[in-house]
Amino acid sequence: MTRTNCLRTVCATALPLVLAAFLTASSVRPAQADDVPVVEITAKRFAFSPDKITLKKGQTVKLRLHSEDVTHGFFLRPLKLDEEIPAGETAEVAVTPQTAGTFTTICDHFCGANHGNMNMTIVVE
Amino acid sequence: MKAPDRRSFLKISGTSLGIGVLYSAYPAAVAKGEVGNIFASLGRSNGEKVTPFSFVQLSDAHVGFNGPPDPLGTKAFERAVDMVNALPQRPDLILFTGDLTHDTEDRDVHVQRMKQFQEISKKLNVPLIKHVPGEHDAGLDGGALYREFFGDSHYAFDHRGVHFVALDNVSRAKPEIGAEQLAWLKKDLSRFPKSAPIVVFTHRPLFDLRPDWEWFTSDGDDVMNVVTPYDNVTVLYGHIHRDDEHEIGKVHHYAARSLIFAFPDPTGVSGPRKPIPFDKDHPFKNLGIRSVTVNGKAAPGANSVAIDDVELTAREFSGINGVHQFLKNPNI
Repeated sequence: MTRTNCLRTVCATALPLVLAAFLTASSVRPAQADDVPVVEITAKRFAFSPDKITLKKGQTVKLRLHSEDVTHGFFLRPLKLDEEIPAGETAEVAVTPQTAGTFTTICDHFCGANHGNMNMTIVVE
Repeated sequence: MKAPDRRSFLKISGTSLGIGVLYSAYPAAVAKGEVGNIFASLGRSNGEKVTPFSFVQLSDAHVGFNGPPDPLGTKAFERAVDMVNALPQRPDLILFTGDLTHDTEDRDVHVQRMKQFQEISKKLNVPLIKHVPGEHDAGLDGGALYREFFGDSHYAFDHRGVHFVALDNVSRAKPEIGAEQLAWLKKDLSRFPKSAPIVVFTHRPLFDLRPDWEWFTSDGDDVMNVVTPYDNVTVLYGHIHRDDEHEIGKVHHYAARSLIFAFPDPTGVSGPRKPIPFDKDHPFKNLGIRSVTVNGKAAPGANSVAIDDVELTAREFSGINGVHQFLKNPNI
């Protein structure tokens, strides 16, 4: 195969893949993604930080959940939150609260002796 | 002869010692002379005739736990063993509903705790002991060590015509059964008629008792959808360190007290869960006797519960006096 033919082959194969990947990424991330407020939450045995956040009813926010040690959970049925935060990693989830109130989110992935009281408060107003 | 009400078949009498719950299973219609009819019916339906027997539920020993509020270590567990062995009617089996040991990341230490649990429990003069794990046994390693010591974490067996189902809602680290175990449960129960007496035992409650304290199983509704078509289902669980009774549809749920410390009634309590403080003058306070008689003589799906609570003191809890107090309920 000549260098020219090789280049054509590579272009014919790779460019559609690159283009497809770009389009896929574009469809997942909304054009206004940067406008969605981001709330940073850190999980570390046996507490979340901050331990209380306030959201607005009907407003979408992105929760960026980071574990500083082991795997944790982030569970709150009324807000349809059921995330796993792998050890040392970050998970993201968008939430649009539809009901006002004060809710308790728990770590539902057993993380040690005091796991049972690892929780935080989400206020929706 | 009028056919006996199938829902009245299983009669359960329970006495909670704080050390556990004693259940007697026998036909509710014994006094009415319908025994033969019922026995024949059940004998045909699940292959074994139901005959009277009793069993004990123990829960939450947390062997290895050494923090506040309880400085007693395994003393309540050992006392429970003595009390069970002193029963005039030897139970057929023990169901231990999880948190046999307290968790630790040191595998060798956890091995020692499992061995210590076995050393104490092997003193039980009961022919059959069955377990399910709690999250403190199995939450950190997916239940690997638990299975080395106690075998499968979910299984089923039949005893004197009653079908027992052990469910594991802790080994996936989250409070859930999971799709695979749920499919197994459906298959396991499918061979039984709707009238079969079924006892499900597990660690966490299978309903939303107090989700913000993790007193729930996230897919508990799926389990209930599988068992609800059956007329005689009793669910026994631990985890909440207090006795509790709930009737949901036709299914009756009973929590046993723990063998380490008690949690308060969650009703009206906001904020984090906190153990009831240890009272050195009454070290077994909140481990009192709770006698429960459940019979199914009421309308289908309904239930009749009689409770006799007697708070124990350390003195009353020990020796022959404790046994007599335990035996206060003549139905046991």
